[in-house]
Amino acid sequence: MSTPVNRLDRRAVVARLLKDRGEAIVVTGLGSPTYDVAAAGDHDRNVYLWGAMGGCAVMALGIALARPDTPVIAVTGDGEMLMGIGSFATIAMQAPKNLTVVVLDNGLYGETGGQASHSVVADLAAIAGASGIADARAIDAMGDVETLAGRATALGNGPCVAVVRIEQAELERVLPTRDGHAIRARVRQSLGLSID
Amino acid sequence: MNALHPQALHASPAGWPGDIFSALKTAGVRQVAYVPDGGHAELIRAVHADPAMVAIPLTTEEEGVALVSGAWLGGDRACLLMQSSGVGNCINMLSLVRNMGGPFLTFVTMRGEWGEFNPWQVPMGTGTPDAFRLMGVHVLRADRPEEVGPATAAGIRMAYEGGSAVAVLLAQQLIGAKVFVK
Repeated sequence: MSTPVNRLDRRAVVARLLKDRGEAIVVTGLGSPTYDVAAAGDHDRNVYLWGAMGGCAVMALGIALARPDTPVIAVTGDGEMLMGIGSFATIAMQAPKNLTVVVLDNGLYGETGGQASHSVVADLAAIAGASGIADARAIDAMGDVETLAGRATALGNGPCVAVVRIEQAELERVLPTRDGHAIRARVRQSLGLSID
Repeated sequence: MNALHPQALHASPAGWPGDIFSALKTAGVRQVAYVPDGGHAELIRAVHADPAMVAIPLTTEEEGVALVSGAWLGGDRACLLMQSSGVGNCINMLSLVRNMGGPFLTFVTMRGEWGEFNPWQVPMGTGTPDAFRLMGVHVLRADRPEEVGPATAAGIRMAYEGGSAVAVLLAQQLIGAKVFVK
C-alpha cells in the first residue's frame, strides 16, 4: 500500500480527457464523477447517473456492445467501481474495443463524509488486470491522461481500465439534470434513434 | 467456437425454452445477459450459438439491469435471464429503469416455490413477485409449458413496444425441483 505524492486535480483530468471527445458517449458514476463531467461541459452524449451505484461500467458495456464503432467512456469513482467490481470480469469476457473505464481514485468515499475507501488497500488497476483486462493502467501524471484521452476517444484493441489517482479535496458541485428520461431522449436522439 | 463459449455448438432448444428463444429472435433482441442457471441452460446455449446475438455472462444480477439499460440507450434490444434468488440483488439497480424508463425485460426461473428441497431458496422465491412490484416492474407468469409462449409474447410487446419494465416468471413446475438427495 502506497500513497502517491502526485495526486491530480480531478476536474483538470476529466476536462483533458473529454477535450476532444468527438463522437464518444460518456457514462458517469453517481456523485463527484457526475459533477466532474458536467463541469467539463454539458453534452448530448453524456449519460449522467445519479444512482444505480455499481452500474456505471457495465451500463457503458451495454452501450459499447450496441454501438461498436462509437467510443464509450465510463467515468466513475473508486467507491462506485468497488461496488460493481465483478463488472471488470464481465467486460473482459466481452472484450469490446470501444470501451474505456476511467476510475477517479481519491481513496475515500467523498459523498458520505470522507470515510476511507477500500482502494487504500485494494489496487483497482491490478484487479482489473487480474480480471482479464489486458490494458489496465494506473495514472499519476497529466501526460498519461493525455495519452489516455487519445485511447478513450478512439477504438482500441480491447477494453481499457485507467485508475487515475486524484486529490481528495471536495470541489464545488456542478449539477447537471437529474431527469433520466430527458437524458435518455437526448442521447438516443444524438445517435439517430427514436427517443422512446 | 472458443474457450469463452464452450457450449456454442449445441442445437436450438425445443419446448418452452425454444418458445422464448424464437420469440426473442423474432423481436430482434441482440444482447442477452444472464447469470448461469440450470433452468435457463438450454436458452443460454442457444443464445451463445446464435451469431446474431451476444450472450453476456454476468457476475451478479444487478449488472444485468444496468447493462440492459445501456444496450437500449445504444439502440439494441436486450433482456436479462436470471433465477428468483437473484431478483433481490436487482432492487436498487431497478431505480435506473424507473428514472430513465424502459424497456426492461427479464425472464426469471423460479426456485423455492414448489417442492423445493433447499429452504434457503424459499424466501426469495416467495418474495420475487413483490420485489418486482415494489420497484414498478410488471409481473407476468407462466405455470405450464403452453403458457410460456403467450407470456413471452406479451412481455416482449409491453417492453419493446410499450417501453414498460416487465418480468416473466417461469414457474418451478416447468423446470422441476432440484434433487439433491436420492
